[in-house]
Formats: sequence, C-alpha cells, structure tokens
Amino acid sequence: MAEYRKVYGLGAEFDSAAALMTAAEKIRDAGFTKWDVHSPFPVHGMDKAMGLGKSWLSAPVFIGGALGTLTAVLLTCIPSFALYPVIVHGKPYDWRTLPAFVPIFFELTVLCSAFTTVFALMIMNQLPKWYHPVFNWERFSRVSDDGFFLVVEARDPKFSETKTRALLEEIGGHHVTLIHD
Amino acid sequence: MPEAVVTLETPQEVQRVPLVANERSLNWITENVSSIVESRTPLWWWLAFLPTAALALIGLTCIGYQISNGVGVWGENKTVGWAWDITNFVFWIGIGHAGTLISAILFLTRQKWRTSINRAAEAMTLFAVICAGIFPGIHVGRVWMAWYLAPVPNSYGIWPNFRSPLLWDVFAVSTYFTVSVLFWYTGLVPDLATLRDRAKSRVRKFIYGVIALGWRGSNRQWRHYEMAYLLLAGLSTPLVLSVHSVVSFDFATSILPGWHTTIFPPYFVAGAIFGGFAMVLTILLPARLLYPQLNDMVTRQHVDKMAKIILLTGSIVGYAYLMELFIAYYGANKFELFTFLEARVGVHGKGWYNWAYYCMMTCNVLSPQVFWSKWARGNYIVVFIICMFVNVGMWFERFVIIVTSLAQDFLPSSWHHYHPSWVEIWTFAGTFGIFLSLFLLFMRFLPMICAFEVKAVTPAADPHRHLPGPHAGDSQAHAAAEAHP
Repeated sequence: MAEYRKVYGLGAEFDSAAALMTAAEKIRDAGFTKWDVHSPFPVHGMDKAMGLGKSWLSAPVFIGGALGTLTAVLLTCIPSFALYPVIVHGKPYDWRTLPAFVPIFFELTVLCSAFTTVFALMIMNQLPKWYHPVFNWERFSRVSDDGFFLVVEARDPKFSETKTRALLEEIGGHHVTLIHD
Repeated sequence: MPEAVVTLETPQEVQRVPLVANERSLNWITENVSSIVESRTPLWWWLAFLPTAALALIGLTCIGYQISNGVGVWGENKTVGWAWDITNFVFWIGIGHAGTLISAILFLTRQKWRTSINRAAEAMTLFAVICAGIFPGIHVGRVWMAWYLAPVPNSYGIWPNFRSPLLWDVFAVSTYFTVSVLFWYTGLVPDLATLRDRAKSRVRKFIYGVIALGWRGSNRQWRHYEMAYLLLAGLSTPLVLSVHSVVSFDFATSILPGWHTTIFPPYFVAGAIFGGFAMVLTILLPARLLYPQLNDMVTRQHVDKMAKIILLTGSIVGYAYLMELFIAYYGANKFELFTFLEARVGVHGKGWYNWAYYCMMTCNVLSPQVFWSKWARGNYIVVFIICMFVNVGMWFERFVIIVTSLAQDFLPSSWHHYHPSWVEIWTFAGTFGIFLSLFLLFMRFLPMICAFEVKAVTPAADPHRHLPGPHAGDSQAHAAAEAHP
C-alpha cells in the first residue's frame, strides 16, 4: 500500500470472541463512535458491548408487510366486486366473500414482508459493496474463518494514530495496523 | 450460549453432548466445509451426476412429449382426472417442508442442533419445490395458457377466481418458493464470503466475490443480519404451515368422499414434515459417508433427533389415518363410509386400490415405530432403510387420497380404473433426476454446511468463556482469560 493514500483507520486483531468483546467494551467506554468489530459469526452480546441498540429492521418490514396486505385486498376485491364479478357455485361476490380471500391476504403479506426484509437488510448494511478499505488489510481475510478484528476509523473525532494505537495494544490487540483507503 | 459452556461445577450426567464433536476449532470448521467445494471434483461425483442428469433429461423429454401431444398421453380419464401428476406435486412439495421446519421453526425454538443441517435441508426444499412446481404447471394441458393463473389485466377483461383453492395454491407455492430462496441466500452470504476469502483462482474470487456482496462480518452488519434472519424465520414459520394447509384445501374444499374433511390441514402438515425429514436423512446419510469430515458436524445426535421427529410426526400421521376411519364411521355418511371401508381398507373386497392403502399404512405408521428403540436410531443402516420406507409411504399416501376417492366415487356406473402410462412414470422418475442433479451441483459449488452458524454454537464462540475448560486445547481461552481479568 502506498503511503500517500488516505488513512482509513487502525485495525487490531484479537484472539477470541471473548477478548474482542472485552476490547469493544473498552473502546465504547473510551468514547469512540466511528468504529466496528468484525467476527466470523455474530457474537452474542456484542451489540451491548458496542453500545448499539436493537436493530430497527423490523420497522420497514412492518410497513412492507402492511403494503402487501393492502395490495392483496385491492387485488382480490377490485376484480371480484367491480371488474369481473363471477358467480361460482352460487357463492357471493361482494364483501361476504372476504373469508375466501384470506389465504391470498396472508401469502402476499408474507411475500412482501420477506422482500422488504432482504432489501432493507441490504440497504441498512450498505450491501452490495464490493470495495471496502478493510479488505486492503492482508490479515483481514481471516474474518470469515477464525479472525476477530476491531477497526477504529480515522474520521472518529477521538482518533489519533499514536494514542489509538497505544490503546488498542493496551486492551489486548495485536498486529495493530494502519489501514489505507 | 450458556448451555454450551462446560464449567467445573456441571455434573457429568447433565452435561449436554457438544454439537460439534471432537472439540474442533473454528479454523477446522472453515477448512472442512470449504474444502468440499474447493477440492477437485471427485470421481464418485461424476458417477452420481451423469446418471441423475440423464434421468433428468428423460424427464424433461417426457414433459416435452406431453406438452406437444396433450395430457392424453397420461393414463388419466374422465373419472380419475387427477392421478400421478397431483400425487407427485403433493409428494414433492411436502418434502420441501422439512427444510423450512429446520431453518425456521427450529430456529425460533432455539434448537441449536439445526445449524449443521439447515443449509442442506433448505437446498433440498428449493429443489423439491422446483420438482413440485412442474406438475401443476404441465397438468393444465395447454401450458401456454398457464399465465391465466396470474392476476394480470388482459384484453379479455378476465380475472382469475380468487375463491378457488387452486388459485390459493398458486399464491402459496410461489410465495413459498420465493421466500425460501430469499431465506436461503441470506443465510449463504457469510459463508460465500468465506469462499471468497479463501479463493485462489481469479474466476472463483470474482464469482464468489460478487455473490458474497462484499460481506465483511462487521458487527454493525451482524446486528441487522440477525434481525433479518429472525424476521425471515418468523415469516417462514406460518408460511410453511400455510402452504401444505392450502395444498390440502385443494382436496378439503371439494365434496368428494375421502377429501371433504377438516382434518386435512394439520394432517397434511404433519405428513409433510414426516416425509421431508425422511428425505433429509436419505440425502445426508450418504453425504456423511462420502465426506467423513462431516461426521463431526452432523453427528450421531443429529441423526437421533431427526429419527425422533420422524417417529413423532409418523405417529401423528397414524393418528390422523385412524381418526379419518373413525369419523367415516361416526359421521354415518354412506359415501364416506364406502370410500374408507371399501375403497381403502377393503372390508368386503370391493376396493380396487386396497394394496396401496396397506402399503401406506405399513410404511408410514408401522415402520417408524422402530425408532422407539435407541439402537435403531443409532444404526445408520436401519435409519436409512426406514427413511426409504417413509419416502415410499408418503408417495402412496397421496396416491391413496387422490386415486381411491376418484376411481370409486358416488355412482358405480362412473367408476373407472386408473393405470399410469409410461410418460407419467418417466416424468416422475425424471423429477428425481432433476432433484438429485441439482443437489449434487449444490454440494459441488456451495457450502453445504452453514459454517458460520456451526462456529457460533462451538464453545470458542462463547463471549463469556474465561475459564480454560476442557475444550481449551488452544491458546484462545487463555488469551480470553488474560484479556478479561
């Protein structure tokens, strides 16, 4: 990596999920805001250790699901009530036929909720994003294997190349590396 | 994950059996899951793939023949208007249910043993639903008119009948397939990132890189990811129960004796899970044999637990069979009584398909009772044989429901025998070819074990693991103890 490239942040490696969580608690208490931990699997309790709340993904999913129900109501009722009121088996075609539409309401609600879940997840996680500065760090490829990493970004107001490096080393991080953009 | 922790105080007899045997490290899991995809294609794979692909081609040829000649090439007639086509449809869609049960319902109930089998089971779901979708698609006869099923505005101003269970089925099955694909792919992303990070060749780096979406395992991503997974599990749970319920409505909302019953939705769902688990084991037991490294992840306790689920659901199905008979008697409807006592059980020998009924009873109700024995659940050969019985039995269940009710209905003058034609037989055989070929391709190109979830249930993943316990054969636990005084 050429030295003239912009600094993205400082990365440190930890030995285990437990060590990473302890380190995250310390970084949180030190008042950093632009930082993240990387692990091969979700570490239970890490959200709290990082000072993050519950994911708000369920909010867009609720809206998506409600829109799915609405779509289903319109899709079944408009043709049945107005466009094409077909009488089959002498069954009613006005509001009294609504119970027969419940399976459609249900399926479209689930379908729209599932699509919203996946697309909202992508948007909230900013995926797909095929380039990211952390991939420039050679050791980082172990993140999907058995590596535990903590990266503090340079744009964090508390970031200082020397002090943050010292802090990361003090809390048990090794291979502390400057990551370039 | 507190129960995975083995502390000094936990007495030996109440300790849980570890989910990953032989205290494997995180790296070992990555290595052994990814190596299946990364190593050279083994010879057995070609020996398995070529015949299954040939069978799939035969099936597709039969479908082409049927489309160009019309459904008359099948053995159906005016009386028996549904036969192997819908039998096969219900058979395959039922198989799919086990995958969703493992990935969604066992996730919500916090059954951690699901982690090593959910990926393969979900893949099985998708391929089974693909096979299922073929049959209703082609049995409409004029396949080019199948778009009439979709509620789209057209120049004739015709809309589908939304009150028909057949249309509910279109919505249920297509939603089920779509949601299963989304769920499966969401679960795959972190493991695709593993393959991307390990890839050596440029082609692999590019392909796995693109489909891994740039996943970097950051906790700000995991936070939303876990919520997404929970939501998808929560959505799939009622969905999977609804799909086979809707499939059963195809029968239950009609007035035919033997079909017109309220027991159908729960009975179909239990049967689907029953047949699906048998198929999961049918596939996973040979896979374990071919890849011995899987034995530490898909352990004896996994097979044991699946055998127990087969026993439970098989007994529920058995209860449903007996309850149907009782209600036929108790309901005092002549036609219902005839269907059950004559067409199925064959009390006076007037039924034509009694042999199919007894085949179903033996395979589905009697054979799984073997699993009361712990020895049987631990013997892979016995488990495999019973699963084969269940696979056969569940196909016969649908055959019995459809053909006995139709062939001998209200009026003896309209009764008609049914024989499958060679086209039907080879189309059904062809779907096995499609199913197995797709599964072999999946094993070859995608991680068949959900590695990141398996890692998350190992003791090394426990963020509160400070004491160097019996699993601390590495430096990780010591470092953890040092880092957290």
